[in-house]
Amino acid sequence: MKIEIPTPLRAYTSNQSAIDVDAATVAEAVSGLTTRYPDFQRHLYTPDGKLRSFVNLYLNDEDVRYLPEREETAVRDSDTLSIIPSIAGGCWPGLTVQA
Amino acid sequence: MATLAQEKAGLPGSTVLDRIGNTPLVRLERLTAGMPGVQILGKAEWTNPGGSVKDRAASAIVLEALRREELCPGRRLLDATSGNTGIAYAMLGAALAFPVTLCMPSNVSPERKRILQAYGADIVWTDPAESSDGAIRKARELARDPQYFYADQYSNEANWRAHYHGTGVEILEQTHARVTHFVAGLGTSGTFMGVARRLKEANPAIQCISMQPDSPFHGLEGLKHMPTSIVPAIYDPALADRNLEVETEAAYAMARRLARTEGLLVGISAAAAVVAAQQIAEEESAQGREATIVTVLPDAADKYLSERFWEE
Repeated sequence: MKIEIPTPLRAYTSNQSAIDVDAATVAEAVSGLTTRYPDFQRHLYTPDGKLRSFVNLYLNDEDVRYLPEREETAVRDSDTLSIIPSIAGGCWPGLTVQA
Repeated sequence: MATLAQEKAGLPGSTVLDRIGNTPLVRLERLTAGMPGVQILGKAEWTNPGGSVKDRAASAIVLEALRREELCPGRRLLDATSGNTGIAYAMLGAALAFPVTLCMPSNVSPERKRILQAYGADIVWTDPAESSDGAIRKARELARDPQYFYADQYSNEANWRAHYHGTGVEILEQTHARVTHFVAGLGTSGTFMGVARRLKEANPAIQCISMQPDSPFHGLEGLKHMPTSIVPAIYDPALADRNLEVETEAAYAMARRLARTEGLLVGISAAAAVVAAQQIAEEESAQGREATIVTVLPDAADKYLSERFWEE
């Protein structure tokens, strides 16, 4: 399946906007992402392993928190998982890009 | 600058523009209990008519554009915003009778969407995965059409000047120039730039501390993580004596604490600013020094009450 990477986190995926993972459930998909890119772990999860409360995962258009089986929801190859912060923030326009 | 207020001087009542600025400075007493001589004071920016600190920059940008006739009959104000600046523009557009078009990511809170619709602003929704970047790209694309005045809050000098002439002067007056530390979060950086410049002019010994999220992926609405961001034209990092990073979870905990122990329902960026201010307070107290620490509380909690963290 496809995982869409939000702009602020593309620094950790060599600027790829989406990556493909093999997974049977949402949890496996996220685990595939954090295995390949370990930096994602601390950005998405608290030290005790809970999804940080401002992080929303959407399976296609559905918020995973509100699906009956949550992260254990089964996924298909044609599905897309998106990672969206619950508030809008983001990158700046302007002149200089810092490292 | 000539305002509607001045033109109508002598009339009873006040206009929207009259009500922007001169916000109260509230004492956060419980936070520094047990730290003799150390106090934390916050500018209660939610008392601005649009409910946030952004009324200051937006009104300065609008008045400057009206003065230069960049905003004139037949033209619409256009900008990219993730919230409070948009609300300020929408309110001013309604009050001063100019149309407003805003580009914003569709994951702004439902409360914000309803406020903007109530003021009658025209909204262009952009992809939430692209954050403010998507909104900015869309605004730049629309700005090629001459019907728009592109306000560009990130590059507009009127943004920081509003704080140089307003917020900074108010802080000096309200503390009788006894402020020793100033702490503010970085978004467009306008608040920090304007206030820090004014305070340093008054007394170069005043420590100016900027604050930003600890991660590029965060829940501090309106704030930016500098090391991974494109920097706004008005930002000068050399102005800060120090920079502190705040975790989203620490800001959430502070928002709950301020609600329950100070009776203040503040927004997430305000809570983050207080986290940083409290760190300074603890450091100064540990050194046995007195300190008057002033920060800016950009907005109240009402637009964030649907966030999950209040229940944690």
